[in-house]
Amino acid sequence: MLIRRPDDIPSSEITSEGVYVNRRQFIGMSAGVALGGAAGGGGLGNFGDALRHDAGPRSDTGPQKDWSTVRSDLDEELTPYEDVTSYNNFYEFGTGKSDPAKNAHTLRTRPWTIEVDGLCANPGVYGLEDFIKPGTIEDRVYRMRCVEAWSMVIPWRGFALKDVIDRADPLGSARFVQFTTLLDPGQMPYQRYGILDWPYLEALRLDEARHPLAILATGVYGRDLPNQNGAPLRLVVPWKYGFKGIKSIVSMRFLEDMPLNTWKQSASHEYGFYANVNPEVNHPRWTQARERRLGEFRRRPTLMFNGYGEQVASLYAGMDLRANY
Amino acid sequence: MLGLTPAALLVWRGFADRLGANPIEEVLHHLGRSALIFLLITLSVTPIRRVTGWNLIIQARRPLGLFAFFYLTLHLLWYAVVDQTYDFEFILEDVLERRYIMVGFTAWLLLVPLAVTSTKGWIRRLGKRWRKLHRLAYVATSLGVLHFYWQVKADTYWPIVAASVLALLMLLRVRIGDGGGLLRSRKPARGRRPAEVADPTSSKDL
Repeated sequence: MLIRRPDDIPSSEITSEGVYVNRRQFIGMSAGVALGGAAGGGGLGNFGDALRHDAGPRSDTGPQKDWSTVRSDLDEELTPYEDVTSYNNFYEFGTGKSDPAKNAHTLRTRPWTIEVDGLCANPGVYGLEDFIKPGTIEDRVYRMRCVEAWSMVIPWRGFALKDVIDRADPLGSARFVQFTTLLDPGQMPYQRYGILDWPYLEALRLDEARHPLAILATGVYGRDLPNQNGAPLRLVVPWKYGFKGIKSIVSMRFLEDMPLNTWKQSASHEYGFYANVNPEVNHPRWTQARERRLGEFRRRPTLMFNGYGEQVASLYAGMDLRANY
Repeated sequence: MLGLTPAALLVWRGFADRLGANPIEEVLHHLGRSALIFLLITLSVTPIRRVTGWNLIIQARRPLGLFAFFYLTLHLLWYAVVDQTYDFEFILEDVLERRYIMVGFTAWLLLVPLAVTSTKGWIRRLGKRWRKLHRLAYVATSLGVLHFYWQVKADTYWPIVAASVLALLMLLRVRIGDGGGLLRSRKPARGRRPAEVADPTSSKDL
């Protein structure tokens, strides 16, 4: 986890996001609650920045993060901003990788409403700013592994999902939390086609959702999320395949029974509920043992739980991960 | 030379950095798509000729077919060399265990003898058997479409379009073809000059 303070940047070190050669990044979770607290002040300062609807061009020289000073125990390079924001799976805007960046401009991210309901003591309907209030905004660098066997390393900006779950106060009977994407073919034109069952739905087991690694992201590379990345709010669960990272969230509901997530509903023998990154369990049609890290020439071996096994494996102790793919 | 357009386009895109964030995949897919398109165009030559009576078009068939093989070979090489960095173990595993790769590879294999025997010399040597051999083009293209269909994640639109086009072409051949179609039409027997039998690509027979 990377906690950054925005004024930490010597002017001599200001670099654009596109430059990523020889960067070292800090990937993985740190137990740094103290760090979180220290960043809280800076985080709140960024809060306003994060909420600014920033559709600026890449030459925008807003507060630059000095990503190169981020510590990393894994020495993996950040995927350039240009790639993160132009290579997307967001079928509501087209099924080609470059379609969302071209088409997502029709999405209106303000005003944005999020409904919290289901088995919880404190349901409610929130505007975006109120919804994210309990969270401490931080920058975190995570691996993102798509089920299609490509991957990126992305500096997300967001807050722990746990914070809004705690506010909602799920009942004892709640075992799952479910999210849905906006349903509006007027704004998301490919919702007119039945490529998937709309609205997109995803869910986590409650203990997974409360895990410190799970975040709701409002930004990337220190800026507001571009529409094609799931603005204004999306889920990031780095130890699972990317399709669990539901975008443009409008609803959070607590349930007793496991809901049917969209990709599992689309092809249940290919995509499951848990979707933990697992090189030992292949997709029926392609292997999951290796992945193409964008920007690299050779494919690299896929890591169990996308390299976050130390932090999350205990969630699945005793589970047959081949049956629960 | 128009056949080089897809390759030229790729090269230009490569230099102009318009291949996107995953250029290796983009090139692979572009080569595959180009190969499939050329295969379908090649298979449409004879139906077009029959329907329009434009005999000269038959001369385009060999270069078109060879371009299809060219792109298909590039597609295969790109996969083996660039995408998999000729990790022979992984490639072997892929071919044996991923069915979409197995059918794709088989499609290419089937086209090798067709490419080799595309010359006038071979046409003469094989005689009637040449036409039978080259019917494998339909089999190979079908496998190619299947490869495409099994490869896409969920959006089966283009594979289904390709399958429909192929089905249409096969249907046309069945209906209009005589010696060259999938079904022999019942024609009154008549004497054939030796040249007709020896050169299956001559206008009379097709």
